[in-house]
Formats: sequence, structure tokens, C-alpha cells
Amino acid sequence: MPPIKHTHPAPARAGLLLAITLALAGPAVADDDGRSMPRQVPKAYTSECGSCHLAFPPGALPAASWKHIMAGLDKHYGSNVSLDDATTRQLDSWLQAHAGTWKRVGETPAQDRITRSAWFQRKHRQVRDAVWAHASVKSPANCGACHPGAERGDFDDDHLKIPPGLPLHLRWAWFD
Amino acid sequence: MLLRSRLLKPAAALLLAAVTNAAAAAETTAAAQLEHWNAQASTPGQAARGQAFFTSRHGGEWSCASCHGTPPVREGRHATTGKSISPLAPAFNPRGFNDSARSDKWFRRNCKDVLNRECSPGEKADVLAYLLQLKP
Repeated sequence: MPPIKHTHPAPARAGLLLAITLALAGPAVADDDGRSMPRQVPKAYTSECGSCHLAFPPGALPAASWKHIMAGLDKHYGSNVSLDDATTRQLDSWLQAHAGTWKRVGETPAQDRITRSAWFQRKHRQVRDAVWAHASVKSPANCGACHPGAERGDFDDDHLKIPPGLPLHLRWAWFD
Repeated sequence: MLLRSRLLKPAAALLLAAVTNAAAAAETTAAAQLEHWNAQASTPGQAARGQAFFTSRHGGEWSCASCHGTPPVREGRHATTGKSISPLAPAFNPRGFNDSARSDKWFRRNCKDVLNRECSPGEKADVLAYLLQLKP
């Protein structure tokens, strides 16, 4: 009886290699889906940016959009939100390091608004204008109105909530 | 005597630690900031003047109350983004005006939104006088 050779046939070897590659790439891909928050968030990001709006996950915009935004803080969607130079530099480099590279953040959205991105509009296509305008929502930028885990970067469809007081006829998008 | 000093020493140490911690967390108070702006204003802050200033628009789209509410004793909401804002009146918010750098920053930022300029020491004194007389 010939000795058993412990080599795999070529297709199996390729499969094993693929499995190892996927396993190694796994965490990077998960980190890069653009919606979760990076593990290290500068305090200034939460206190400066996150006071007026959700501290948006940096992966929700491409690097070029963050560059425009950080270069124009004196005219930030109608407000002057200038920061001192050191904080501006710190947040700028953190945003550049964690900006979106995933497939949907391929182009800079109009006015560098997350809500003008094609992926955002497609994801929310069933949400009627009256929902955005509702008193408990007010703005598409108010992610937390429907995504209770938004602060943690949890935008999972299964964790949605219905904003309080939303009339029945506007709720169907939540059950679709 | 020995027993007493044994009991007193840890108690004193605890008290000292508590005072030091409180000082680290809260570097100032709303009343101290009112004093600070009073000293630079031509007249001391007046609550009635502060209320009128707070609830009026000053040429722009927003008043202070647009985001902080009237009276600002409950959570406010950002007029554009809908983000919730902690109650502004210090009696309703333990962190209210307890950090002068933070207060200065928000005065600077928000006055530019409402008045398109920074607020004067007199205006800040008026607003603080108004906020300080809001009690539960």
C-alpha cells in the first residue's frame, strides 16, 4: 500500500487559500462597510461635531467630501463652526484615515451631504417626504429618529424604530 | 484620641478627594460666569432684558430659543438637524455653564448663528441673569 500523501488536489488548495484570505480579510471588510464607527473616536469629534448633529460614521462619505467639509468649517451648511487649528488638523486626519472606501461611496455626493448619496436615497426610497418633515424627525440628518443605535454606528434594518407620533399611514415603510 | 484620628483621617481624605474631583469636573458655575461678564459690562445683567434677547430674532433666521426652547428648561432640539440639546438653564442641567472654555465656545458659535457677530459682555450677562432665575 503506497503511503498516503498529505497534499491536496489543486482545486482544494485554491479553496483553502481563498478561505484563509477571506478569514484574514474578514475584520477589515467589516470595518470598512462605512456605517460602523471606528474603534477609536477622538473626543473632539463627539463634542464638536456631535453636539449639533449625529457624529456621523466617517465611512459614510468619501475622503474628498471630508476634505471639502473640513476646509469650509466657517461656512458649514449655514453656520460658522470653525475650530482651533490643532483640533481641525486632528479631526481632518482622522476623517481622512477612516473615510469611506466601500463600493457605494464611490463619488462625492452633492454638497458633500450623506443624504444626497445615491446609496442613501436608494435605502430610503420608501420613506415619504411627510416622514422626514414630521415633528419627531425634522430632518433626514436626524438618523437617531429611526435608527436608535445610530450613535454607535448601528444602522441595521432589523433595529429600526418608528418615530413617536408618526401617523399609521406613514408607517408602512417600516414593515416592508 | 487615637481612635478619633484614625476615623477622622480617612474621612478627611475622602472629603478632600470629593472636593478635588468636583473641582476637576466643574471648573466654574453659572453664577461665577455672570459675575465675570457683569464686571466687563456697562450695567449688571438683567433677567428681563436677557429673556427678551433670548426669545427674539436678531436679523437672522434663528433666535436662541429656536434650538434651546422657551423657557430653556427642557431638552432643546437643533432647528435644522433635530438633534436633542441638553437643557440650557443651569438649574436643570448639572453640566450647565460649569466649564468656562465650553461656555465661551458655544457663546461664540451660537451668537454668530443668531446675530451674525459675537455677543457683547452685556448681552452674555443678561442671558445668564435670565437663565439663573429659571428654577424648578
